[in-house]
Amino acid sequence: MGKVKVGIIGSGNIGTDLLKKLMRSPHLEPSVMIGIDPNSDGLRMAREAGLVTFDNGIQGFVEQAELADILFDATSAKAHLHHAKVLADMGKKVLDLTPAAVGPFVVPNVNLHEHLDKGNINMITCGGQATIPIVHAVNQVSPVHYAEIVATIASRSAGPGTRANIDEFTQTTARGLEMIGGAQKGKAIIILNPAEPPILMRNTIYCLVDKEKLDQDKITQSVMNMVKQVQAYVPGYRLRTEPLFDDNKVTVMIEVEGAGDYLPPYAGNLDIMTSAAVKVAEEWAQHQVKV
Amino acid sequence: MTQTKKVYITEVALRDGSHALAHQYTVEQVRQVAQALDEAGIPYIEVSHGDGLAGSSLQYGFSKTDEMRLIEAAVEVCKQAKIAVLLLPGIGTMEELKEAAGLGAKMARIATHVTEADISAQHIGLAKDLGLEVVGFLMMAHMVPPEKLVEQAKLMESYGADTVYVVDSAGALLPHEVRERIKALRENLSINIGFHGHNNLSLAMANTLAAIEEGATRVDGSVRCLGAGAGNTQTEVLVAVLDRLNIETGVDLYKMMDLAEELVAPLLPQPQEITRDSLVMGYAGVYSSFLLHAKRAAQRFGIDARDILVELGKRKVVGGQEDMIVDVAAELAAKKAELAAEK
Repeated sequence: MGKVKVGIIGSGNIGTDLLKKLMRSPHLEPSVMIGIDPNSDGLRMAREAGLVTFDNGIQGFVEQAELADILFDATSAKAHLHHAKVLADMGKKVLDLTPAAVGPFVVPNVNLHEHLDKGNINMITCGGQATIPIVHAVNQVSPVHYAEIVATIASRSAGPGTRANIDEFTQTTARGLEMIGGAQKGKAIIILNPAEPPILMRNTIYCLVDKEKLDQDKITQSVMNMVKQVQAYVPGYRLRTEPLFDDNKVTVMIEVEGAGDYLPPYAGNLDIMTSAAVKVAEEWAQHQVKV
Repeated sequence: MTQTKKVYITEVALRDGSHALAHQYTVEQVRQVAQALDEAGIPYIEVSHGDGLAGSSLQYGFSKTDEMRLIEAAVEVCKQAKIAVLLLPGIGTMEELKEAAGLGAKMARIATHVTEADISAQHIGLAKDLGLEVVGFLMMAHMVPPEKLVEQAKLMESYGADTVYVVDSAGALLPHEVRERIKALRENLSINIGFHGHNNLSLAMANTLAAIEEGATRVDGSVRCLGAGAGNTQTEVLVAVLDRLNIETGVDLYKMMDLAEELVAPLLPQPQEITRDSLVMGYAGVYSSFLLHAKRAAQRFGIDARDILVELGKRKVVGGQEDMIVDVAAELAAKKAELAAEK
């Protein structure tokens, strides 16, 4: 079985980290990288690795469409709106790592099976990838009325896009907690911590459930299982302590250490995005092969 | 010393004080206090959840009353005072800011950790577009040297802020450190400079005076020190002291004393003293809002709140990281249990 050819749009930190991960994939073969800065680290590394590179945006790729079947978009929400349309017309599958939200929100292991047939999938936010699985795990045992998450990330791991539009993080993550986590109401908070050396990404997930339906052992088991599933694609995803219970509140604390591919290990927030996107693409690849 | 200066006080008891009341303000309490402050001549009154708009949460404590109803009530009763709201990007969003402005708030104070001013650009921009007076609020100012503070303050100035505050959220700054910071801002910025103190080291008044001497024209106070940790610079005392210094505030001293004694004192769940826990916050440089959360965690895990607070200081935890309190408490309790088992 041959590998499925994939392309990366965006040669910044995220695009370059994707490149490193894709080069290890048993199911995917990175074949093209599309950027706008010929001198970027990402395009240089891609050229060295033998990929076809374009430094004039997506136009060059349109003329050589056979180069890739799945595209990762690590640019900006605004750019993605254009890319999404062009790529849809070409019949390409697209993984959107921007906040554009053209396609459905997906967290692997939670709702990917519902969207395998979609042409465009959105990866929500880093906080969403880190916390929605836990809310889902609790919700499977005891319906979650209210889920609140606090994501704390190292200042150095928050890029200019996140900083310029931090409301997008809180609003999109909250929607994901509801739509995919299953909470009736979601709320998200993000905190940037400038400590040196940089801290690992930390997430606290609070869930309010019915007191009568709160089964501590089952919830703990469900959360542990979910952590294992996420660890399959983000090995540095860990519980800080066992889930804590007070009255009708469940508290789960998670830290995320990145694989340190292109991004430093403390940037678990970025690693979980790129890892989740690669995971979805691998599922797509295997699915296509089966079909 | 005969030259008369004018200093504008922002009263924060209805926002920062919300921490001390575990965010349980009612519409009636806010109405009464805001009306009395307005009659006393206080120019700005801040009303919001203690952690700013949309702070009502499991992380910080749910508000008893929707803060928008409190803002609305305060706007309604004030004849001259302007209502200010606090917003921490990452917690609150532009949606809440629009709602508060729609209810009649006239000042937005946009707060970030002292190194993260660039997350405030959108919110400062929106507040200006909404016609609000805008304050950039650089929290935990003790954690960086004056040069860094200047760099971040200049960002807020560039986004359109009318004023930038040095915010001593931990009540950790010493008077000479306040002087250095205010002086550096004065020399490098062309907008108003403000100071917000906490009294954890009993220095809120001294620091506020140092700030004014260096050129701050905006200062915060809380009636009866009703604020996080040991509270803020006590407003009615500040009014008296500034009057003695021949600095104009436009505030009626006797009316402030009366409202402090008759309206605010009865609201306090306990007197705003410098307890060992609030003292240790100033000493270790920890965000004042952590006080009640650390006490609760200490009780739950059977350890000393001071150990939690000192550890948080060591880890350079920033404002808003209340979840770290339980995390650190659980870790310290586990260590303590291990040690006990070894014995």
